Amino acid sequence: MMLSLAILALLSVAAPWVCRYAGPARGVVLAAFPLGIGAWFASKIPAVADGGAIVETFAWLPELGLEMTFRLDGLGLLFALLVTLIGAGVLLYAGSYMQGHHQIGRFFSYLIGFMTSMLGLVLADNLVLLFIFWELTSITSYLLIGFNHDKKESRSGALQALMVTGLGGLAMLAGLVVLAFAAGDLAGVPGGVWNMSELPEGLSGHAHYPWIVALVLAGCLTKSAQFPFHFWLPSAMAAPSPVSAYLHSSTMVKAGVYLIARLHPNLATGTAEGLWEGLLIGFGATTMFVGAYLATRQTLYKRLLAYSTVSSLGVMVMLIGMGHPDAAAAYILAHAMFKGCLFLVAGIVDHEAGEKDVAEIGKLFQAMPATGLAALLAGISMAGVPLAPLAGFVAKEKMIKAGLDAGPLTALLTALIIAAGSFTVFIAIMTGFKPFFGKAQREPKKHAHEAPWPMLAAPVILAVLGIVYALVPALFATPVVTAAGEAIKGGPFEAALRLDAFYYYEISLALGLSLLATLIGVGIYFGRGLWVKATSPFAKLDGVVGPAKMYDYAMLGLTKGSWAQTRVLQNGSLQVYIKMTLVAILGMFAWAIWRTGSLPSVGTNFERTGLLEWVLIISIAVSAIVATRLGSRLATVAVLGVIGYAVAVVFALYGGPDAAMTQFAVETLIVVIFVLVVYHLPRFAVYSGLAVRVMDLLLAATFGGVMACLVLAAGSQELFAPISAYFNEAAMPETPDGQSAYGRNLVNIILVDFRSVDTLGELVVLGIAAIGVYTLMKLRDDHEGVPVAEREGDEDQSEEGDA
Amino acid sequence: MNSLVLQTASRFLLPLLLLLSVVILLRGHNTPGGGFVGGLLAASAFALQAMAFDVESARRMLRVNLLAMVGLGLTLALVSGFFSLAAGGPLLKGLWFEVPVLGFDDPIKIGTPVLFDIGVYLTVLGVVLTMIFTLQEVVE
Amino acid sequence: MSLLLAVIIGMLFASALYMMMRRSFVKLTIGLILIGHSANLLIFTCAATRRDGSMERLPPGLIEEGQTRIEGDFADPLPFALILTAIVIAFAITAFTLVLVKRAYQEVGTDDLDNMRTTDR
Repeated sequence: MMLSLAILALLSVAAPWVCRYAGPARGVVLAAFPLGIGAWFASKIPAVADGGAIVETFAWLPELGLEMTFRLDGLGLLFALLVTLIGAGVLLYAGSYMQGHHQIGRFFSYLIGFMTSMLGLVLADNLVLLFIFWELTSITSYLLIGFNHDKKESRSGALQALMVTGLGGLAMLAGLVVLAFAAGDLAGVPGGVWNMSELPEGLSGHAHYPWIVALVLAGCLTKSAQFPFHFWLPSAMAAPSPVSAYLHSSTMVKAGVYLIARLHPNLATGTAEGLWEGLLIGFGATTMFVGAYLATRQTLYKRLLAYSTVSSLGVMVMLIGMGHPDAAAAYILAHAMFKGCLFLVAGIVDHEAGEKDVAEIGKLFQAMPATGLAALLAGISMAGVPLAPLAGFVAKEKMIKAGLDAGPLTALLTALIIAAGSFTVFIAIMTGFKPFFGKAQREPKKHAHEAPWPMLAAPVILAVLGIVYALVPALFATPVVTAAGEAIKGGPFEAALRLDAFYYYEISLALGLSLLATLIGVGIYFGRGLWVKATSPFAKLDGVVGPAKMYDYAMLGLTKGSWAQTRVLQNGSLQVYIKMTLVAILGMFAWAIWRTGSLPSVGTNFERTGLLEWVLIISIAVSAIVATRLGSRLATVAVLGVIGYAVAVVFALYGGPDAAMTQFAVETLIVVIFVLVVYHLPRFAVYSGLAVRVMDLLLAATFGGVMACLVLAAGSQELFAPISAYFNEAAMPETPDGQSAYGRNLVNIILVDFRSVDTLGELVVLGIAAIGVYTLMKLRDDHEGVPVAEREGDEDQSEEGDA
Repeated sequence: MNSLVLQTASRFLLPLLLLLSVVILLRGHNTPGGGFVGGLLAASAFALQAMAFDVESARRMLRVNLLAMVGLGLTLALVSGFFSLAAGGPLLKGLWFEVPVLGFDDPIKIGTPVLFDIGVYLTVLGVVLTMIFTLQEVVE
Repeated sequence: MSLLLAVIIGMLFASALYMMMRRSFVKLTIGLILIGHSANLLIFTCAATRRDGSMERLPPGLIEEGQTRIEGDFADPLPFALILTAIVIAFAITAFTLVLVKRAYQEVGTDDLDNMRTTDR
């Protein structure tokens, strides 16, 4: 598993080069990798079918008890298959779709980067790891939505998606931490339980349970675009079609559903009245209905599909909450097929016919028969047309039966399911039937023609798999859905799962209701002009106080608020910053002394000081005062040199030859640099008035006095034993033994062995400073590089002579 | 600055300072010194050359692009950490190998910390010289 | 010695901060150099002072040839390792700031920070 993640991560980095050298074959080359990984996952179906799991662990930060634990169980497998196999199809498709785009390499890099993070997300067992991958999917999604960054709608859509899912993600992080510690309470592990597979029973009885549910769901519901957070998903349709098909239908938006399913066995209360179930059913059912309703008012192909995806996500959340994991798993699989297919078809219609509006187009079947057939199959599947042997029908029957079995909520939920089902039928006709067989308002903008085979492969295969799902479920549907469903349930099903279409061909209430929904949907299709008119008052209301509008208001308020506080706190004056910092620090000291009510004790056993020390101290003291008073730049350099060398001598006397040598060398170089630039620096000028200078001096002197006291106080404390004894022991073995540092200079072995990571970080800082200097001086626009002073006939330059 | 004294001094001092800096670098593990001090010392040697003659001559003596030297130093320091990673330990843990050398009785001991320190040396040298040369070139 | 060093550190901090609060960019740079010295001395003094306030000249942390450890007292090497890196970093920052001053002066024609406030708006 970790190997597959590593391969994809490397592929993401290598994608630009693959794109450059593989040319038109790029899609095939890139798709081969996820396809192979998907095949590997498929071969693991038997291993996880009976509630088994494959676990891989890598010690990450063993000191903190952090482990990278990956775990493949039934639920993870279902999603891993979706991510890799649909991913392979989408890569193949995108290879042709993005042909000729000037940033195609970057596109594939992002797309495969997303694939890596999504796969990591569904395989991670560790909560921290899960969160990292979760955020990575948000970031890659942001990059992909905003891919056409020259368009305003892309940028705003990308930002909206990032803000909504990012804020939800932050809440979720808090929730996961509370969850881990609550679980640690129950399991008797003080550091918290961080692996999801080890979460104990009885979390719903913990005092923090409401917080856990609220915070975790905040992340899941925003990510999975549940009402009222749904609005980012339609805006995300600004992304290229392969992205919409992959991220915003098949995979990323299901991350929330995935986590809900993953935590369901631990957080469910077992009754429909419980907090967890109640919230899931409430949000899920509302989203299902509202999403489907909003879709009926759209005419743009991808927006129709986006709203209908919102509705489908609601269905998944609702089914999990209702305690029907089998139906949820069956629906997730079916939805990935028909919705992924339709999104890809929408991309083909846009690409090959130049059309985005389904209200305008029709009769495209002649020009693109294969696309049309795939769309028709997917549409029938999505509508769940009764008696059609397709995945969607099976899933829908299970959904209606779940609704009829919902106890006191039966009437309400069944009504909502049928209403949403009717809308869905209408959407299915608009997206799967109308563009290819319906009446055309006008000719398509481009001369419509069939898509090339790489673009056809994925939609056609997905459409055909919908039939295989329902006719030969044993081939893949039953084992995968069973394994996933049992993982969501947290235990085996009582009876074997039946997914073959014929099993549902009995005369029953469910079938009748399904037929009713289909008829209503067809009715809306023929009376759609009337429908749009009848619902427009609600649309107006949504435009004024709807969630999207609320988001806009919130963003506007945030921008204005930040601007206002920036004007106050960060007014651009360095002096003010320094003064604020100093006053704040002094305030904290005062507060600490007031709180403890006493000053720290100070050792007063000051020994007699030798002449050499006195000389050093006095020269530093005099230089420190003189440095602030001098007007001559060269004299200041000299004074600074005195301080530097004196400090170096102090180090040398008190057992630090290395630091002393470094200080000497640096001081010399500083003098060299100063001499180099000093003539080109402006003369020292006094800009501030006397009152300001006196105030500054007072503040600086106060702070200096406090620091002097702090040094005395801190020097007299010993909170813990110095670590140097360990360095002494571990420094020099008889022979190199693999544990010790093998060196005699303790300072040096601290730098290059014991704390070498710190040193490495420091070297990076040095490198950055060098690059900074280089770019500042070498890379510049010379057209305005003439100094003002020179322009005005400079007199400063020769003022000090060449002393 | 075209001072004959400085130029003559630089001719003698440059090789001496460089030799000293390498000694300090290599002996730093056991006596005071190390990559930081060695690098600074070598940098002052070249800075002296640049002041006595000009930056161009100092660059010629170096033969290496300075930013490339910084990159090489960083890479060496990082790579020295991979040995212990490959051996199953944490990143940058010191490892020592005994290499027998013809003509010596005792094998020479080579450790990854030495490699790390050489990386430090090169980085410091590159960084300091970048700064000094850049400033000086602008002045010239 | 620790008392004297404490006084010196206080003075260095005071003059460094006073220089940093000046409007002249060059004086700010000098303040930065001074505050680097004060911080290094602070680390050193805090580590080298004993609980009773005394401070002794100790031998450096070097293991003698043929030995495997230092017998007896020695100066704590950790603060010196920290100071050593701090010195080099401070050098890089100083050099960078000097270049920045120079460039800013070339572009803006003044080293009065109050007159540079328009540049980042």
